[in-house]
Amino acid sequence: MYNASDLRKGLKIQIDGNPFIVTDFEFSKPGKGQALYRCKMRNMISGNQFTQTYRSNDKFEKADLEERKMQYLYNQENDYYFMDIESYEQIFITKEQLGGNINFLIDNMELQVLLFGGKPIDVSLPIFVNLVVTKADPWAKGDTSGTDTKPVTVETGYVLQVPPFVEEGEKIQIDTRTGQYVTRVKE
Amino acid sequence: MRAALFRLVRSFFAGLGFLEVDTPVRQPVIIPEKNIVPLQSGNWFLQASPELCMKRLLAAGCEKVFQICPCFRAEERGRLHLQEFAMLEWYRRGGDYTDLMMDCHALLVFIKENLQKEFPGECSCLHTSSLYGGGAVDVAREGRRLTVEEAFQRFSPVSLQQALETDRFEELLVENVEPHLGWDVPFFLYDYPRELASLAKYKSENSQVAERFELYISGVELANGFSELTDADEQRRRFESEIQYICENNQYATAMPERFLQALDNLEAAAGAAFGLDRLFMLILGKGNLDEAVTFSPSDL
Repeated sequence: MYNASDLRKGLKIQIDGNPFIVTDFEFSKPGKGQALYRCKMRNMISGNQFTQTYRSNDKFEKADLEERKMQYLYNQENDYYFMDIESYEQIFITKEQLGGNINFLIDNMELQVLLFGGKPIDVSLPIFVNLVVTKADPWAKGDTSGTDTKPVTVETGYVLQVPPFVEEGEKIQIDTRTGQYVTRVKE
Repeated sequence: MRAALFRLVRSFFAGLGFLEVDTPVRQPVIIPEKNIVPLQSGNWFLQASPELCMKRLLAAGCEKVFQICPCFRAEERGRLHLQEFAMLEWYRRGGDYTDLMMDCHALLVFIKENLQKEFPGECSCLHTSSLYGGGAVDVAREGRRLTVEEAFQRFSPVSLQQALETDRFEELLVENVEPHLGWDVPFFLYDYPRELASLAKYKSENSQVAERFELYISGVELANGFSELTDADEQRRRFESEIQYICENNQYATAMPERFLQALDNLEAAAGAAFGLDRLFMLILGKGNLDEAVTFSPSDL
């Protein structure tokens, strides 16, 4: 159990069977009065948010969350299969749950899967991934005019803006937090 | 500028004939207050306020005393709270809470005028915090005053009476009342419900209300003061009920401040106030977070 004084940004608690993360937190206490803990929370499954003020004697259940290191195997239509690196247990996560993460998933990639009550609810990708450019317009050398970037497609089908010198078949590094190009990777 | 602020506070009180004192920060017995959790230091405590020792000095014969000292409160940490903070407290024999409100006002004017001289252009002094869009509070003009009951009538969806009965006083104060206080001139909220003032004297014409006030600027609570309760028997009864609450809620082991109660027998009318200097300095800088007003914030250590 957590006490109100444990509340802080990022704390994960369980309310009515759902995992919530504290996204915003403010402590206040009028002189001689009781302490108040105002929290903005986000449901970690549905994404719904709400704000609530708690008191010193309020208690909170810890969210039954577990992070496990897994390897991405393959997808079958909307189901994406992962394997626990230690136990070899396999699970799947739906495309909908993965959201934008599917743009950066490649076979055999290792990542952290977040489970709530044993069920997968989210994945955290490595911050940087290296992906092969599968489609790019050729660089018109000497073309110093115009835009500084051009669109390319990478092996996952994701399209992003890169500097004009990046060519088809090259590997580039992408920041998965922003989805943006970082650098070319030489192997 | 922080050094200048502290120096000005000292010269303000010296000018009024107050004696600067220093009392132990670490004490074996502290004020039992249910909503203030002390930090422990070995078997003793770090003070949450120098109140007990300063009132003992009055009882021992001092007329007017003040001090600037560190105070400590466990579990208090936020935009406007640090576990260790700089407190200014002053106490005088005779007088009541209306004198303290005048002291507060005169102190603000003194600080403003002198800081403006010393830091021309740099400090218009007591901005509204930049968090709320800036603009200065004119401390030279007379402050506004409302009783707690009037303030609840004006700003809260329910009356003070209802707020107390449903145990929503703090919540409504913080969310509905405080944000309105002290945006153009300093604001004094006064006459607190008796249960929220365990060391203050009740009003003689209405014992439901204690002679206690709080000073607000830009919605920030800056100072708290009251006409001191000097009836040792009454004070003992109030401490007993606080101690009972603290024991029942298993907060920490506490004892009756016997030597303080003995001293109260030698004290007649008195009044004293506590002023958060870090918060004042934060407002002078126009900042919205105490961490920006102290020399080292906890995250700097």
